[in-house]
Amino acid sequence: MYDFNYHQATSVGEAQTAFNKSEDPVYLAGGMTLIPTMKQRLSNPSDVIDLGGIDDFVGVERIGNGVVVKAMTTHAAVAINPDMRSAIPALAALAGSIGDPHVRNRGTLGGSIANNDPAADYPAAVVGLGGTVRTTSREIPANDFFTGMFETVLEPDELITSVSFPIPDAAHYMKFPNPASRYALVGVMVVRTGAEVRVAVTGAGSSVFRVAEMEAALESNFDAAAIENIVIPEEGLNSDIHASADYRAHLVSVMTSRAVSACS
Amino acid sequence: MTIKVEATVNGKSVSADVEARTLLVQYLRDYLGLTGTHVGCDTSQCGACVVHVNGQAVKACTIFAVQCEGASIVTIEGLADGDTLHPMQEAFRDNHGLQCGFCTPGMVMAAVDLVTQNPNPTEKLVRERLEGNFCRCTGYHNIVKSVVAGAKAMAS
Repeated sequence: MYDFNYHQATSVGEAQTAFNKSEDPVYLAGGMTLIPTMKQRLSNPSDVIDLGGIDDFVGVERIGNGVVVKAMTTHAAVAINPDMRSAIPALAALAGSIGDPHVRNRGTLGGSIANNDPAADYPAAVVGLGGTVRTTSREIPANDFFTGMFETVLEPDELITSVSFPIPDAAHYMKFPNPASRYALVGVMVVRTGAEVRVAVTGAGSSVFRVAEMEAALESNFDAAAIENIVIPEEGLNSDIHASADYRAHLVSVMTSRAVSACS
Repeated sequence: MTIKVEATVNGKSVSADVEARTLLVQYLRDYLGLTGTHVGCDTSQCGACVVHVNGQAVKACTIFAVQCEGASIVTIEGLADGDTLHPMQEAFRDNHGLQCGFCTPGMVMAAVDLVTQNPNPTEKLVRERLEGNFCRCTGYHNIVKSVVAGAKAMAS
């Protein structure tokens, strides 16, 4: 790994000031992606700005008809949080299925969605639940946040402060994990709120996406049978040594139908 | 960039001047001489480097030493009480929970964390919670037995 200048920020303002003074800076949240990437010399920042010392960046709180998760809250903390487990058990379960216990003790919600790994779990939750991403400068609806592989609408120095998730009537996340890495080969978040149904897919494409045809079918009849004849086109889906595009397309259908069955 | 990192490791105050890029596992092994924490894969997967930082199990190859400034760290060297093994270490010995022993420090540290959070774990839970620790010798069967036995011993 190349060496770098280290900054321990104690406030959001301090973090952004350090960022804007540096030549090629990067923010460090939990580091579960950034540190391995730096070790492989795939990333070579001049300055690393650690967000771990910022007060008031950790916590889960039920506010009205939603649950707000602050950006530096770890996956482990989300998974065991009583408010989250009672309000959105599907999201607590998703957080508890990321990586392994040691990774979950460090990895954070903000870090995960800012990185937007195509196989990360959290993007499916943010889009599926219709969350709102709060940053240092604005509020961004989930549908507008993720723009492509490892890309989001965030400006370079912009920091996620929290994500709020509306409480659904029913939700379930079903994933087919890569047996080695536990990343999602395909993961599907199915969410039903009133008459609206959302189907958000991670792992299959270059970034999280919704399946409008399945959502419409499930809005008329919320039953796995309603989507059994819907074929997901393999064009544009990921293909690698772990799974071909047509296999991933098939998994989207299977994971969605299992998630729907688990919801009802 | 060189930074002084002060921490408490196994109950003792320690300090070392390290480069910012120094990983916690290097800080422990190369600067403090605590070589019980192993580097297996060095890619956050195998869990041979698991230690406890402020009471939480983490992979010491995937955290910078500078992130541990002021932290309380426990390594495998900190578990035994003199010549008396920690109940979890004793359980690994009694149940033949190791063969070559390379993964064992991480396994034991992961197991102690697991039992601290779940005092009476089922075999299924133990298998799930050891997803981040690889053993290439035992086939895991005796490791799981060890953890279940160690949990009982820790409770008594």
